[in-house]
Amino acid sequence: MATPSQTSAAAGGFQYGALLAGWLIPGGGHFLLRKWGRGGLLLASIGGMFFLGLAMQGKIYSNAHDILDMLGLAGDLGNGLLYLLARVAGWGADSVQVTSADYGRAFIVVAGLLNVIAAVDAHNLAIGRKKS
Amino acid sequence: MIHPSHFTAVLLFSLFTSVVFGITMRTEPKQMVRYGAMCFGMFVGSAIVLSWLMFLIAR
Repeated sequence: MATPSQTSAAAGGFQYGALLAGWLIPGGGHFLLRKWGRGGLLLASIGGMFFLGLAMQGKIYSNAHDILDMLGLAGDLGNGLLYLLARVAGWGADSVQVTSADYGRAFIVVAGLLNVIAAVDAHNLAIGRKKS
Repeated sequence: MIHPSHFTAVLLFSLFTSVVFGITMRTEPKQMVRYGAMCFGMFVGSAIVLSWLMFLIAR
């Protein structure tokens, strides 16, 4: 059964609120749809992965010199406001110098990619493409 | 700053990724838990199998 937010989104108007909220804040799209449990788990998982990556001195991509940097930057951008916060606060290492920093770099990139998947899931729930 | 071992990093990566996969790829809570657990097992299991393969090849 569709929730009121789903029916209003399906009826018309701006349909990308959940997608946008989900991208900016991990789990935000699910919170907008009042799916608190799923949103909380997504926030804990994606946020946890991002901050563990930072704790391992993972690199935050700021520019792209080659194709691998571009892919890494695209992954990092998936973190939404967390990426912006990390850039503004100067978190993360400039370059990978120890093994655990390479794990951290991967954690941060994958957190961004998972956040995109979660945001698309929230969008699918909002427009009724996914049932529940 | 933390320095996890490779296997600890695998466990953490598998746990977080499996939670997101479970929530986004299935619709019912029971199916989500089963799919998440399967993903976790596949991640960790394949890491162990590939590690042993590389160990044996390197000898």
